[in-house]
Amino acid sequence: MEYTGTRLPAIEPDYKAFIDPKQIRRMSHVIKMGVAASKKCLQDAGVDIPGAIITGTAFGCLEDTITFLTRMVEQQEDLLPPTAFIQSTHNTIAAQIALMLQCHNYNLTYVHKGISFESALTDGMMLISEGEANNVLVGATEEMVDTSFKVLTRLGLYKRHPISNLDLFKERSKGTIGGEGAAFFLLQDKPSLESLAELTALKTLYKPQNIAESIAGFLSENGLEINDIDLVITGRNGDTRNDEIYDDLGASMFKNVAIANYKHLCGEYPVSSSFALWLAVNTLKNQKAPRVIMEKGTAPSPKKILIYNHYLQKYQSLMLVSALS
Amino acid sequence: MSSSVYIAGVGVISAIGNNVAGHLASFEQEKAGMGDITLLDSIHRGELPVAEVKLTNEQLAEMTGLSSEISRTTQLSLVAAKEAIADAAIPEFAKWRSGFISANTVGGMDKSEDFFVDFLADSSKGKLRFIWDHECGSVTETVADQLGITGMVTTISTACSSSANSIFFAARLIKNDMLDIAIAGGADALTKFTLNGFNTLLILDKEFCKPFDEHRAGLNLGEGAGYMVLMSEKVAKTLAKAPYCKLTGYKNSNDAYHQTASSPDGTGSYLAMTGALKKSGLQPSDIDYINLHGTGTPNNDSAEGTAITRVFEGNYPPMSSTKSFTGHTLGASGAIEAVFSVLAIRHGLIYPNLRFETQMENLPLRPETKFLKGQKVENVMSNSFGFGGNCTSLIFSKS
Repeated sequence: MEYTGTRLPAIEPDYKAFIDPKQIRRMSHVIKMGVAASKKCLQDAGVDIPGAIITGTAFGCLEDTITFLTRMVEQQEDLLPPTAFIQSTHNTIAAQIALMLQCHNYNLTYVHKGISFESALTDGMMLISEGEANNVLVGATEEMVDTSFKVLTRLGLYKRHPISNLDLFKERSKGTIGGEGAAFFLLQDKPSLESLAELTALKTLYKPQNIAESIAGFLSENGLEINDIDLVITGRNGDTRNDEIYDDLGASMFKNVAIANYKHLCGEYPVSSSFALWLAVNTLKNQKAPRVIMEKGTAPSPKKILIYNHYLQKYQSLMLVSALS
Repeated sequence: MSSSVYIAGVGVISAIGNNVAGHLASFEQEKAGMGDITLLDSIHRGELPVAEVKLTNEQLAEMTGLSSEISRTTQLSLVAAKEAIADAAIPEFAKWRSGFISANTVGGMDKSEDFFVDFLADSSKGKLRFIWDHECGSVTETVADQLGITGMVTTISTACSSSANSIFFAARLIKNDMLDIAIAGGADALTKFTLNGFNTLLILDKEFCKPFDEHRAGLNLGEGAGYMVLMSEKVAKTLAKAPYCKLTGYKNSNDAYHQTASSPDGTGSYLAMTGALKKSGLQPSDIDYINLHGTGTPNNDSAEGTAITRVFEGNYPPMSSTKSFTGHTLGASGAIEAVFSVLAIRHGLIYPNLRFETQMENLPLRPETKFLKGQKVENVMSNSFGFGGNCTSLIFSKS
């Protein structure tokens, strides 16, 4: 899909296919996105009740938060309805999924900026290695509302002029385009017929000094070197400050590897690495990378994908995803 | 994986004290922290009691060295986290892999509220400095930077059980050999957002709250922060003093009943308590004290009470809600009460449940009403339940 502007809205599915229509009316955009994505994920995996539900979001339920805040200011704390407050808590989506499934199992929500999703994944992988759960539903949600778009624009995150998302990497300027979305994954302790790929390893880094060394270390911990990687998916977002490190690595460490990007398709948001993981998993399952994501090289029948993303430089993450043999 | 996780330092700030010593003194004097609103500019001033930390933003900033323009939640968090680290007195802190696992419910909402007033009038207005702390993760990040943490830093938000979860998640990171040391807990400052939010739910008591009492009429909001330093056996061996205790049991379950209300039979809390007991390898009869979630709302206390009768089946250990002192500190409450649990083991204490008069109908539970010293307290259960059905129980045991 091509959009022109500095904000990419999520494509809306027919929510009635996933959620009771009576419930839909009461749900904010991010709750609908999250609940629908989780339902689709469980349907595809053929699982009714997961062993745990873990979500990640940096901003939480913004629409409800802002609705309540606005009414509080405008009505000077008088005669406020409770619904927006009730649905504003960060754990609303994980809670709504538990409620929908009547799932009493482990339920947690991580809210740590650019590694909210990675924190949820870390917990999920740990639950499986501890033997506490055979499968874990892990997801990420983020919504962009007018207020957050205005504030983040004022903070200098986005470009000051409209741009086609498909041309995002063509011009060199400051700022990116904002995005939103929800993605859910079912982690399992062993592969099944429905399995799409293996999440081999994950690492989060906070203000890393030397990212090339960190990447080499991460690969070597997994018995690999960069030449073993068939495709690198980077968090390039069209902002010259943000992309400097990807340019550097592209000219050095990633020189002989095929490179793909994804933020021209979903925009920048704190849990966008969940979109990258979804892309990696499907690329491995289909054994083909979509042409629209490729920056350079080709990745015929890919076996190993490295995802390297950072959010405003501070929070960086590495994910190693492997094809099932 | 079966390795033990030790608690070697604690820190706390709430309406009844600015540090551990202040809290122990208030408990002994049975002095509650509630009073009229003095800090928030709210129409509920004089009408709804709250439990404020007795320091202004400027006084807190002086203690932390942070700007007073930074969220009060961050200030509270830093005060308690620093106390916990100083208390642990780990030789060569820098040589270990240390993490900071924190929790809160509304991030820097106190400053976002200020921003929003100007922003709503004109979207090009509002001081950007004030919105910078809005995210829950920003509060954690500022504190982690001040503490010099280099390993895993993250934030959990599961409403009122948030910081109980951060404590057991930290323990698991140590058990899984991802960290040697973790500072874990949570913080929340009073905000107009939460005060008005809870007020719309009609669950705020206009008097001081009466947890587990038949005539309870709701909760009082509080504010504060609690942190503890968790560590592996390897690190614990390098300490000059014995650690306080171990975290032996924990369980996170979901009530899956309603977004804000608890199920009548307390399914989620029952599963959390029984799961934590199973994890710790203890029987209900081994528990010497229960620090209740005990908010004082009709719904919570009857659900929690019912779950306790199902778990303990007639043999009830001493129990109390320390929210009768601190008010409900939301995202901080799980950690603040975990700190109280650890101190109960160290000093042999049972805390009183203030203002308890009449036993709840149909529930055979009478919380302890006196401050007791010199008790045998070896295993303590701490309950934390929240919106979204998020229920967590922790068990601390003498090491």
